Amino acid sequence: MSATNDAQTLAPPISEKDHAEGPASARVTLVEYGDYQCPYCGAGYQIVKQLQKAMGKELRFVFRNFPLRRAHPFAEHAAIAAEAAGARSEAAFWSMHDTLYENQQALDDDDLAGYAKQVGLTSEELDQAYAGGAAADRVRTDFRSGVRSGVNGTPTFFVNGERYDDDWTNVDAFVAVLRAAAKANT
Amino acid sequence: MATTNSTKTRELLPIGTQAPDFTLNSTPDQKISLSDFRGRPVVLVFYPADWSPVCGDQVALYNEMHDEFAETNAQVIGISVDGVWCHLAFAKDRNLHFPLLADFEPKGEVSKKYGAYHDDVGESSRSLFVLDAAGVVRWSLLSPDGVNPGAAGILKVLDALSPEQRGSAAAGRAS
Repeated sequence: MSATNDAQTLAPPISEKDHAEGPASARVTLVEYGDYQCPYCGAGYQIVKQLQKAMGKELRFVFRNFPLRRAHPFAEHAAIAAEAAGARSEAAFWSMHDTLYENQQALDDDDLAGYAKQVGLTSEELDQAYAGGAAADRVRTDFRSGVRSGVNGTPTFFVNGERYDDDWTNVDAFVAVLRAAAKANT
Repeated sequence: MATTNSTKTRELLPIGTQAPDFTLNSTPDQKISLSDFRGRPVVLVFYPADWSPVCGDQVALYNEMHDEFAETNAQVIGISVDGVWCHLAFAKDRNLHFPLLADFEPKGEVSKKYGAYHDDVGESSRSLFVLDAAGVVRWSLLSPDGVNPGAAGILKVLDALSPEQRGSAAAGRAS
């Protein structure tokens, strides 16, 4: 009588509100639910760069927040800082996203203030964002959508809306799956 | 690390049955009974062992979901055959905010009552149960030991519970 584990599908689907790299017309959309302090996500960041290089314009990459606050004390502020940057521009979001993953060992509030400054955010603006508001709400909304979509750890990837349960560290195999998804979506 | 794939598994306690009550230690000097939570839904999380990588991810996930569970008035309880001192160290290391119960002596007795025990490896199987406010099993899931079942299934069931099954009269007391 026990339930079976249904295929896990992304909810809500991608919208214009999401942070995306690559064209909306791409035949494959790769979504990552990630945590800026999670070391596996740090490894995933490098993998995604390789996937993007291999796939070019065929791939759109979307990042959603999944900070494990109790395991990673800096993760939530890092996510809010990136979203606060994202409220300025998509370019600022992605700049912040990349900076955070390239500096995972330095993510305390002082570090974050330094990175935010590079994209034009003051530390006062950051403090306000931490206290609550659109950026913090968005981080929670992403987290909640993740748990309901079947995110069970970080990073969790979705390929065209379906959870990717294979070994994401195997770039060749991952690219093959993305190419197959592109082909299936023509 | 508990990733042994057991072929010898019991049948999980069926949906619709009254979940058997139990009393187990959560810390060296504190006991918790299932009946303590009568009047609100309970998510029972049986898992093979503290410290194993998948369990770590699984409990880390539920640990982050305080708000989501509170909205449905639900209490999460972890159960494995690890002893209280092991649970204490694990809970401290992972900063856990829900109780872990020690199904330690007689070993696995509660897990066996729920059909959530691997006899051949002597560990709880990775099983989830959602009980309603009256203690009736509303959903269950047996996952392979190496697979993290996540939380989507649990939330779907909790969302679908009626106000009565949620014990909504007590909702204001949800921590």
